[in-house]
Parts: sequence; C-alpha cells; structure tokens
Amino acid sequence: MSARNRELFGLIPASLLITAGFAAVFVQERPVVANASLTYGAAFLGLCLVAHLVIRWRLPDADPYLFPIVAVLASVGLVVIYRLDDTLAREQAQWFVVGLGFFIATIVVLRDYRVLERYRYVIASASILLLLLPRIPGLGAQVNGAYLGVRLGSITFQPAEFAKIGIIIFLASYLRDTRLLLVQRKIAGITVPRLKHLGPLLVVWGVAMLLLVFIRDLGSSLMFFGGFLAMVYVATNRLVFPIAGFSLFAVGAWFFASTVGHVSDRIDAWRHPFDAALYDKVGGSYQLAQSLFAQADGGVWGSGIGESLVKVGLPPDQAVLLPAAQTDLIYAVIVNELGLVGACALLLVYLLFVERGLRIAVLARDSFSKLLATGLATVVALQVFVIVGGVTKVIPLTGVTLPFVSYGGSSIVANFVIVALLLLVSDRARREARA
Amino acid sequence: MNRPIIRVFGVVLVLFGLLVFFTTKWTVLSRDELRDNPLNKRALIAQQRIARGSIAAADGTVLARSSRRSDGAYTRRYPKAGLFAQAVGYSYLNPGQAGLERFYNDQLVGRSQGLEGALARIQGRKPQGNDLRTALDPEAQRVALAGLAGRAGAVVALDPRTGRVQVMASVPDYDPNVLRSAAGTRRLNRAAGAPLLNRTTQAGYPPGSTFKVVTAIAAIDSGRYTPDSTVNGSNGVRISGVPLNNDAGEDWGQISLTTALTHSVNTAWATVGEDLGKGIMQRYMRRLGFGRPVPIDLPRSERVPSGEYCRGKLVNVTSDCVDVGRMAIGQDKLLVTPLEMAMVAAAVANGGILMHPFLATGTVDPEGRKALSVDPTQYARVMSPATARKITAMMQRVVDEGTGTAGALAGIDVAGKTGTAERNVDKNITQPWFIAFAPADNPRVAIAVTIEQVVGGFGGVDAAPIARAVMESLLR
Repeated sequence: MSARNRELFGLIPASLLITAGFAAVFVQERPVVANASLTYGAAFLGLCLVAHLVIRWRLPDADPYLFPIVAVLASVGLVVIYRLDDTLAREQAQWFVVGLGFFIATIVVLRDYRVLERYRYVIASASILLLLLPRIPGLGAQVNGAYLGVRLGSITFQPAEFAKIGIIIFLASYLRDTRLLLVQRKIAGITVPRLKHLGPLLVVWGVAMLLLVFIRDLGSSLMFFGGFLAMVYVATNRLVFPIAGFSLFAVGAWFFASTVGHVSDRIDAWRHPFDAALYDKVGGSYQLAQSLFAQADGGVWGSGIGESLVKVGLPPDQAVLLPAAQTDLIYAVIVNELGLVGACALLLVYLLFVERGLRIAVLARDSFSKLLATGLATVVALQVFVIVGGVTKVIPLTGVTLPFVSYGGSSIVANFVIVALLLLVSDRARREARA
Repeated sequence: MNRPIIRVFGVVLVLFGLLVFFTTKWTVLSRDELRDNPLNKRALIAQQRIARGSIAAADGTVLARSSRRSDGAYTRRYPKAGLFAQAVGYSYLNPGQAGLERFYNDQLVGRSQGLEGALARIQGRKPQGNDLRTALDPEAQRVALAGLAGRAGAVVALDPRTGRVQVMASVPDYDPNVLRSAAGTRRLNRAAGAPLLNRTTQAGYPPGSTFKVVTAIAAIDSGRYTPDSTVNGSNGVRISGVPLNNDAGEDWGQISLTTALTHSVNTAWATVGEDLGKGIMQRYMRRLGFGRPVPIDLPRSERVPSGEYCRGKLVNVTSDCVDVGRMAIGQDKLLVTPLEMAMVAAAVANGGILMHPFLATGTVDPEGRKALSVDPTQYARVMSPATARKITAMMQRVVDEGTGTAGALAGIDVAGKTGTAERNVDKNITQPWFIAFAPADNPRVAIAVTIEQVVGGFGGVDAAPIARAVMESLLR
C-alpha cells in the first residue's frame, strides 16, 4: 500500500474516535443520542481529507503516520473541550480550521524549506521580537504573573508558540555550519569550542532565556532550553554540551527561583501543595492540589466522559474546582474521566508522534534537515513533559498547552506549522532515500 | 548524527516513563490518601447530587433533612435548629461534616458496598440515601437544656439496658443551619464558649466526688471491702504524705463505707484508694472505658479518652505521676467526659454489665426496608451482679438521706452520687456534678449532669435538680 493510502486509512480511527467521543458527551447531557455526533465526525473527517489531498498533491512521499496521529490528538482535544464548554469547543474547531489553513499554506509556500536557511538571522531577530511583544505596554497581557499574551483587537495570541519554531530553524541552520568547528578544539580531553564559534549561539540563546525570564514563563524556558541542548548534542555528538548546559540551567533555575517572586511561589506550591496557607493563597497551590484530587478520583479506568467535577453550582455563585481545565489542567480532566488507562494511551500517542519526528530526522540526508526535525520533535516532547509533568507534580506547574489537545488558537496553529515542517523534511528525505 | 538522535529518543522515553509513573502514583498508589485529604471536597460535592437521608428522633421528629435547590443539588436543613446540634452534627460543603452526619455518611448517601453497589453503578441507578433513626428524646432534651439554662455544661442520659442514648445536651449549643453560609461558619468558629464542641464526649472535666462510685466498685468487687467495712473518716489524714481535708473540715472518725459514700467523706475514700492501689483502680477503670476514646457512634475526632493526664498527656493509672489516693476522690489529674460518668452509672444500673452506648438505632432505605440495624451490644462486664446490688443500695442512701436529696423523685427510688470539683478556690467557683439512675430496682435511665462553673455551687444543689427533671421526663 502506498504511503498516502496508509495515511488515508489512518484517518479512520481518528474520525471514529471523535464520533464516539461526541456521542458519549451527548449521552451524558441528554437521554437520546443526537445525529449531531455523526455530523461532527463527518465534518472532521472532511477537513482531514482536504489536508490529506494537499499532502497527496505536494508531498507524496511524506511520512504516512504523522498526520493521522495529529488527527487523533486533535479529536481527543475537541471532545474533551466540548465536554467542558461547547462554546469553547466551537472556537477550538474554528482554530482547528485556521490551523489546517496554516498547515496547507506552509506546505504550498515552502516547497523547498531549505530557503529558510538564507533568512536565519531575520528569523532569529523576528523570533526575539515576538518574545518581546507581550512586555510592550498597551499590547501585552499578563496572565497569572507571566507575560504570555499579545492582544490584537478581540483576540489574544501567544507569541512564544511561534517564536519557538523560529528559534529552532535558526539553531538548525547555524549548527549545520558550525557543528564541525564546535568540536575542533580539545583541552585536556574535553571539547571546548572557540568563543567565536560558540558566541553567536550563546548570544541568541542567552537573549531568548533572558526574555523568557523577562516574560516570566518558566515552562517555555525549560522547553526552549531542552530543545536547544538536544540540537547541540545531535550536532556535535559530544555529551559535554548537554551536561554543561544542564548544569548552567540548574544554577540559573536556582537563582531565579530564589529571586523572582512568581517563580518561587510556583516552586513552594509544587513542594507543599496541601499546605493550608499556600492552598488558600492567590496563585498558590489550589490548582495543583485540585489537579491531584481529580486524578485520584479517576483511578485506573476513569469515571467516564462528562463525569468529572469541574465547576460547582450555578453561575452567580459558581465555584471553579479545576481552574484552567481547558488549557493547563486538561490532562487532569482526561485522567479523571478516562483514567490511568486513557491517560497512558494519550501519552503513547504523543510518544508515537515524537518517534515519527525523530525517525524523520534519522532518515534525512543533510544536517540542516536532521537538526530541524530533531528540534521540532524534541520541543513537542518537552512541551508534553512540561505540562503533564506540572499537572502530575513531577515539576512545578507552569502554563503551557498540551499540544493539539489544550484549548488555544496560537498553540493549535503553531503546532500545525511544526507538523507541516516535519512532513516537508520527511518528503524530501524519503524521496532521496528511494532514489 | 543518527546515534545521538536515537539517544535523544531514549531520554524522551525516560521522561515519558516518569509521567506514566506519576500518573499511576496519583490514580492508584496514593489514591486513598488523596481522597481522604481534608482539602478534597470532591466526594462531598458529588454527594450534593444525592438526596441524603433524614435523621429522626425516637418519636419521629425530623432532626435533619435534605431540601432540593433550584440547580438540582441538595442542601441540608435542620428543622429543630440547635436542639441536638452536637449529636446530629452538620453536613455542608464549606465546614464539612460532623456528628452523626459524618459517622453515618455512607448510610445517609446510600453508598452500597460490594456486588450490589457495583450492580447499581452499572445500571446507572441514582443512589438514594437511607434514613437514620435514633433513640434521642426531644422532650427530655428540652428539659435538659432548660435545666442548664444557658450555663456551659452537659447532660447525657441513656438506657442502661441497651446503651441507647436519649439525651445528649451540650451548652452553649448552636443552630447548624447557620453553617450553610461562610459568614455564619466564621462567626461560629469564633463564638465564645466554643459551641461546636460536644461537651458530652469532647470535654474532659475533673469529676469530683462522683468518681467515688468508681472507687466503691473497685473496693467491693475486688472483695477487699463490704458496704459495712469500717474506714477512717478523720479530717487531715495524710494522703501521699500531704494532709487531706473533708468538706467543711468535718471529722467523721471511724465510719462504714456506706456512710462514707452517703456523706461523701474524702479522707475515707482516699484511704480506700491508697489501700486498693493503682493496679486494682486501673483494672476497674479500664473495664468502665477509661483510657480509651469514649465509645459511641460519633467520629473519632469528637471522642476523647477519660483518665489521668500528666502534662497534657493521657497516662496509665500505674504511672508515677498519679496520686492514687486523690484520684480515688476524683481529684489529682483526672479529666473525665460526661458520657463516661453516665457509663459508670449505667454499669451499676445494669447489674454490672456495661452496654456500648449508641445514638443510632438503625437506618431504613427509601422503600422502608431495614438497611442497617444497630443492636445493643455489651461493652464490658464491669462487676458482679452482687457488687452492683450493693453499690445501688449505697447510692440510694446518697439520694435518700445524703448529699443528693435534691435528685429524689416522688414515688420512684433514685440511686445517685453528687460531685463538686474545685475550679477556682479564690473566687469560690466550682463545677457541680450529679450522676444517677432510676428506678433503683429496675433501672431504665442512667444520667450524668455537670455545669462548668457555678459560684459557690454544689453537685447536690445545682446539678441534682436537672438530673431529677430529665429522669422524670424520660420515665413518664
């Protein structure tokens, strides 16, 4: 079977999933199953088919599993968000359409993605500018102590989501040129690159880190930094880089944890989520404690879709039990309703996504493509780790989205661009491998 | 470059493994711990969707019921307000649960266990609460509250034959309906006199001379004394090396044990206590329930143990810090709950067999079938029937001609014992006590009454009339 036909068949489980998911939510809310769940399933399948046809037309050799995996993730997201709030689900569906638009545009416009290399400094500058935007007065919006959003008219978008792609492109391009230079010099058996080769890299990275501390988003900072280390390691094949980098990060994290109030609050809340004072504090450990309670209620098999307690009472005196259930805590809702089994299945789907992404990196012939695919796949993996790890108390909880599942336009659109880039790399790699 | 890419995937695998492990931790390994966390209100919130069963008094008076709100959730109402406040407790999202509401929560929300419960869940049957029945007597409770007349104190009355509690009054009381609002909860938590405290089971008081009944039980049942044994009732007898005085410094000389109880002679009973020793006292106190949280169907946090407290900690009677002579007359470091003293009276009343006190008699499901039945159970055989008969006769003398005459009922023989614990010697503030049971030949009620602080108060003057009125109401 050809790659594209395999992709087409791969979309069937995603469509069944979304149909069954919506049906389950309907059954929960009304006594009869409405035909509407079939309509939603059909519309979703239709949209995926459009994207599939574009891939068939422009990227016939691309990886056949990546897109269906994304479709499965997106359908899980839509069902869970619909179950939380149908207005939000409608918006998310619109963002899904916009995301597919960006996905198709990326594929069509960037026939040869290697042109990106030519604009690497432009892309790097633009990315840093994007990260700066939320701190510009009148434009930025502060959410929970972090400066993440930019308000444009009626919509807010999160520039960090797009900046991460730009910085990965820059790093992939820059490391391709300097990877051999970086490992040239050895002092006492340890690779120590010359400052002029390492310099620009450190500058871009340093600026990005500083900005992240400036916008106070610890989660994104961890993501960027992990992705950066993975790319440098793959480029040089020297363990000294990630080890040195990780030590640097540990020192930096310790420093900021003790100086930036917002960060140290988060860490206190992480260490003692059930401390009464922290629990009652605004921006304290309430969210994390509630997340853990919700997961405990789920158990192995979950309580069923629509059964999770998210809000209590009616609007005038409504209490929110799971704050930011549709974004930060969506994993807690999934564990509550689908149980340990459902959550592990979801993590497995993400793992498959990362596996496909890194396989593309392995198959790619040139260094730029390898580094680009590694960076993109790693950053998605780290994003999953940061938010799921935050919700399950592995690391302090910070507000990043669960890719393709959480509510959020910027996240959906940016992640679709990542998939488009991965498919572009994959198409070239597999075509060259065949030739 | 491929080898490092594969290693990166290895790191991702480890990170995801961590996520799976932690998810397993919260959903399986630490699940019960998280569900029992007091901050976790999820179960309470879920239970608001269930029509919680009612709680009723012995005569059918509804003490707690559920009412449906406009949003479909249920909220708790207490139609009799503060009548049985501490015993019934409360069940609200905000302060949580207390009293019978908490102890019988599973029954009240109709949580069925095992196969039947699983079947109900699969069928999607909505759980319905079971109604809780108690032996509580509203009329006698009103009499008890009127007797205390707003003074901080407690009254417990139970049927010695079954252990069923009929009166459980703790003043100050409160209206549980107030706890529905956050402001009301804050106000009650700050209120003077700690109204949320169940003084019958949660407050430890010096028992004063009522404790001489315990010493009498130990003395006679151990075979060391008879009611006619002669004991030294002189004033100023040295107990643990320090002279002890009788009430008003009265010198009784050589008297019988019966006389010593009738007139509550301190020196005589302290001498008996020293003679019996810590071992025998410890044995009888254990049988009566001392040293363990007072047994009753209320949450563990609402039951404190009675006994000797050294530096704030419960100790054995055999501990070095115990002055057994002074303990034998209810002084030293004794702290006793009113329910425990009612149990002492009940054990004598029931021929030496102490029944386990219970508030509830059982639960009934929405179809009227018995869901749970709380049957009378023996707590301990404290003394022989012969000993019980002898102690009864001695306690009757107390009411007939001794310090407890104010506890006498017309036409019914009452057995009782007074107590007056010193609270503040300089200001002459005392804590009066009275324990009793009636009718003496066929007891149907045992009671303990105490008032925390009365200026110049005496057990026989201040507590005995309240006991008399409550017993009269229950025996009518």
